[in-house]
Amino acid sequence: MGSRASSLLREEDIEEIKKETGFSHSQITRLYSRFHSLDKGENGALSREDFQRIPELAINPLGDRIINAFFPEGTNKKYTAREDQVNFRGFMRTLAHFRPVEDNEKNKDLTSGEPLNSRTNKLHFAFQLYDLDRDDKISRDELLQVLRMMVGVNISDEQLGSIADRTIQEADTNGDMCISFSEFTKVLEKVDVEQKMSIRFLH
Amino acid sequence: MEGAWEIAFVFFQVWLSIVVGLIMLPAMFGVSLGFTDIYIKVLVKTLEWATLRIQRGQKEQAALPSQSANGIIEKDDGSMQEEIGELRRSHPKNLAGGDFTLCDAFYFCKKGIENIVEDQVTQRFTSEELASWNLLTRTNNNFCYISLRLTIIWGLGVFIRYCILLPLSVKNWLSDLVHITCYRICARGLSATIRYHNKENRPKKGGICVANHTSPIDIVILANDGCYAMVGQVHGGLMGVLQRSIVRSCPHVWFERSEMKDRHAVAKRLKDHIADKTKLPILIFPEGTCINNTSVMMFKKGSFEIGGTIYPVAIKYDPQFGDAFWNSAKYNMVSYLLRMMTSWAIVCNVWYLPPMTRQDGEDAVQFANRVKSAIAHQGGLVDLSWDGGLKREKVKESLKEEQQKMYSSMIIGSDFNEASVGPA
Repeated sequence: MGSRASSLLREEDIEEIKKETGFSHSQITRLYSRFHSLDKGENGALSREDFQRIPELAINPLGDRIINAFFPEGTNKKYTAREDQVNFRGFMRTLAHFRPVEDNEKNKDLTSGEPLNSRTNKLHFAFQLYDLDRDDKISRDELLQVLRMMVGVNISDEQLGSIADRTIQEADTNGDMCISFSEFTKVLEKVDVEQKMSIRFLH
Repeated sequence: MEGAWEIAFVFFQVWLSIVVGLIMLPAMFGVSLGFTDIYIKVLVKTLEWATLRIQRGQKEQAALPSQSANGIIEKDDGSMQEEIGELRRSHPKNLAGGDFTLCDAFYFCKKGIENIVEDQVTQRFTSEELASWNLLTRTNNNFCYISLRLTIIWGLGVFIRYCILLPLSVKNWLSDLVHITCYRICARGLSATIRYHNKENRPKKGGICVANHTSPIDIVILANDGCYAMVGQVHGGLMGVLQRSIVRSCPHVWFERSEMKDRHAVAKRLKDHIADKTKLPILIFPEGTCINNTSVMMFKKGSFEIGGTIYPVAIKYDPQFGDAFWNSAKYNMVSYLLRMMTSWAIVCNVWYLPPMTRQDGEDAVQFANRVKSAIAHQGGLVDLSWDGGLKREKVKESLKEEQQKMYSSMIIGSDFNEASVGPA
């Protein structure tokens, strides 16, 4: 139960996470309970299989892409001990992108300068859902692959190809047939990213 | 030292006769001396007082959130169409193309992260979180005291069942009484307080009783108020011994594990049983596994294909007094029973719902869902269509395909003109 799990989380850790992510103390302990309940192997880290065990996530067409976002490339020792595992700090860091924006007032002294849940960082999170090889560009191929994930077998290759072409034409301003992050941001400038990419965490 | 032992022995005898006189005998005759009710009242007062004390002591911790929210987040419950529609309203749409926009991914992303933080299914397979803890996991002293008392009572119950009641089960008319009596003793052993509602709807012979499943104790709870034929697998070990003892006093329908796989054989045996109107109603738990009593999960359609009258029963445990849920993935039967013995009490409500039969034009799945909704509604439980089997198995691919299909229809739903492929 919840009370047992929180005893494994030290106060210093909670303070650090608070500074880095902006979550409140009680939110952090509640999310730690959740992390702990997902961690079937009880080794303090989540693997991809742990995420896959959530049925509603397993049936999400972009489920794999979302899970992937928790496992950044290269091993930053603070967040992952191994490439295929994410610890609680890494877990919180990813979730922090989805904090609503108005809660920002408390965190003026973040080392990274811009809070994780800023509009730009939220857009970047979404951008990386499409950018499969993490080269900061969405190519036609990558867009096709992600589209295929979303529609399954219900749309033919030609139709999907047209959709991809049209989408790139809409967004591409420098003619390199790829969508860069700034082009991505420009296309979506009128979308209410703050609301659509935020989750209402209870206090 | 000798003197002390003698005194202890005398005390033990006195205590034993008190136990037998005040608990066993009334239990056998179905008479309540009202002790259990008083016990429960005292318990409630104690727990309330203890909770207040703790709340005063721990202000920062917020381990006991005063608001009812046990959830971590507040979700939007819009459908895929609504949410994506909203996303697209602010995006300048190219009418020549299909209805795809880069921000569509936001919807799936947000849903995915919400489900990582809190989902509807995995929480059903662990014990319900209480707003206030009930002293069970912390106090060690009372733990031991209660455990000794209850273990002895339970032990006596087993003794009486095997050595006194079993030989009595020769005659038919007595076997009913025996049946109910042994379960009553079990219930007393567990300090169970059960309230039965709408007894007029109690399952009749030749029918099928279906109930939501939380723990093996469900059987004790229901059998306290009627005789049922059980369907189940033959177990080895402790369960097997218990099973065989029950069989003597009541006809049951036991299957070997291999037979369970053959659905037609199972269905045939059950059909034969209910066709015989003198046979006891069959008790079935269509969820197929223990759920934590906050929801009712998918009912397997097998029992609803057999025909006959279904008598739905809703069982709801009061979580304040003890957690009856058996997490079979985590605890084995023995440690579970021990935990049950040592919880404060088991308080539950049983509602007998009016009988239902399959209507014309309704298939087994729809009928199963109808019964499930009735049970969920009565018990105040969440009605889920997720399969309880997800406790151990992966979710079916077909559900993902449904999501993909829904989304595809949004993309090509509006008039999609394949001819115009040229630049916009």
